Amino acid sequence: MTASALAAEDGVSAPAKPPGRLSSWQVWGAILIAPYLLVFLLFVVYPVGYGLWLARHPVSYVHLFEDPIFKGTVVNTLIFLIVGINLKMFLALLLSGFFMNQRVWIRWLSVLFILPWAVPSIPTILSVRFMLNPEWGVVNQLIFKLTAEDGPNWLNDPRLALTFAIAVHIWKSLPFWTLILLAGRLAISNDLYEAASVDGASSVQKFTYITWPSMRTLYVTCTILSMIWTLGDFNSVYLLTGGGPADLTHVLATLGIRYLRLDQVDLSMAAVVCAMPLVLPLVWYLMGRLSK
Amino acid sequence: MSATMAAAKTPGRASSDAEPPRNWFREIGTDAKLLLIGIPVAIWTLLPIYHLFLFAISPKQDAFSGQLFPTNPTLNNFRIVFGEKHYFLSHFWQQLWNSTLIAAATGILTLLIATSAAFAISRLKVRGGRTVMNLALFTYFIPAAFLAVPMYKTMGAYGLLNSHWALILAMVTIASPYAIWVLKQASDKLPYELDEAAVMDGASPLQLFRLVYIPLMLPSLVAVGIYAVLLAWNEYLFAFLLLSGDRQVTLPVALGNFLAADDSPWELLMATGLIYALPPAAIYYVFKRYMVGGLTAGAVKS
Repeated sequence: MTASALAAEDGVSAPAKPPGRLSSWQVWGAILIAPYLLVFLLFVVYPVGYGLWLARHPVSYVHLFEDPIFKGTVVNTLIFLIVGINLKMFLALLLSGFFMNQRVWIRWLSVLFILPWAVPSIPTILSVRFMLNPEWGVVNQLIFKLTAEDGPNWLNDPRLALTFAIAVHIWKSLPFWTLILLAGRLAISNDLYEAASVDGASSVQKFTYITWPSMRTLYVTCTILSMIWTLGDFNSVYLLTGGGPADLTHVLATLGIRYLRLDQVDLSMAAVVCAMPLVLPLVWYLMGRLSK
Repeated sequence: MSATMAAAKTPGRASSDAEPPRNWFREIGTDAKLLLIGIPVAIWTLLPIYHLFLFAISPKQDAFSGQLFPTNPTLNNFRIVFGEKHYFLSHFWQQLWNSTLIAAATGILTLLIATSAAFAISRLKVRGGRTVMNLALFTYFIPAAFLAVPMYKTMGAYGLLNSHWALILAMVTIASPYAIWVLKQASDKLPYELDEAAVMDGASPLQLFRLVYIPLMLPSLVAVGIYAVLLAWNEYLFAFLLLSGDRQVTLPVALGNFLAADDSPWELLMATGLIYALPPAAIYYVFKRYMVGGLTAGAVKS
């Protein structure tokens, strides 16, 4: 009390006083930030360093490239990222526009729409898996009822199985990205649209001249972030196909875990390191965006 | 110029006078167009969830019949699950408890760690605070499955494998950066005059934290806490790697174990899955007000 009163009264000694107060703030700041730093060092820095150290042998890469599964896995991962993510983000962009409409039923639909993201993935992905079961799944039962013929063995065809894995991924994460892009659309001033309406702009023109220019950076950032996160999407593939048939639908995430389960940690880390040329440019771009 | 403007405007106004009926038709037309999008979206969203629900309330022999609604819906599956009357489910309550415990612990620990870090960065302006936050966000640039591999080895090195702490700490690691970021965004919005007034009154940093900061941040704290709880409850991959043994695992890992056998009781799996999926959905809807506002607040800025 007296100290602060003194500091307030004596303007000359004030510059001398703050360092004393500041340093006690700095000490408390350091104490309060320490728990997180500890977590970061123990569970992010150390594992990443340890992982890279495990992946240091060139021979693991030779083994990895010799594994017949590996090449297919890389192709699958690229398809998953390039086709899956762009399709998902495009749909999210369209749907965010749809949810901008003010209707009571659309508000109710938006409440339901968020469900796939809010509920855990394992029951829902297994539900899809059972739907597609060739013998007793609902889909083939319906096909049999309607055409009296057996439906395809959906998850036994690598191409179909990967398509469904991508569909499951989109099902799961579309609500999240739609929500983010919706927030982006809501941030655009309504005056712009009103002014455009007065000038007789069509809805397509409104999109190309108002919505898209203000959403472009958000859209690109979201796409890149989604690509990084999707690289780590283990559930969509593992729970739906288990990497099968014959390990033909693996992506790098499931392949890494597969090696880990087989106790081949060096191969597992080598598979992760192989994704680095893909991840680093994306991270580089995002760092640039973040530091702005 | 102004004459043409007036001329152009007049017909517009005339038509708007006579508009109500036409406008009404137009409304119907727009609604129909919106429904063309809305109905597929609703079906797409609900299909797997409805199928899950259908499976869970069907008796074993009906589960595979492919009907839109079972002829004799039953709660028998739930009775078997709750009574642990199948060897796949012999530790159901224990596993449910594990999931609850881990989710709660993750929520509390994340809140403690993230709130104090955000306070230090945003209010105390600790030196290097911004760097710490940027480093923290770097965690999200490591794809989850890629972090999982070295995390598994690390937990082994720390002797934490098969302990609930392994999963709790892994989840705190993943939840904290986002929590810190959201809390920092929210706390930057609090006026600094508050801090100055408190300091004038002789408050120490800790008192400022406890008496001013926490009460004002409550809505964001709720959002962040719920986020961490849901993240931990829904986690499959880390739980599957870090825990083993029927008594240790969480519910999702137990569900995944059903897949190991060919003759698994799928209808029981779906009933358990439904029980497991209900709490997060319920929590999300109860706290929706906090969640959407709190969690997307900073998103648009980036």
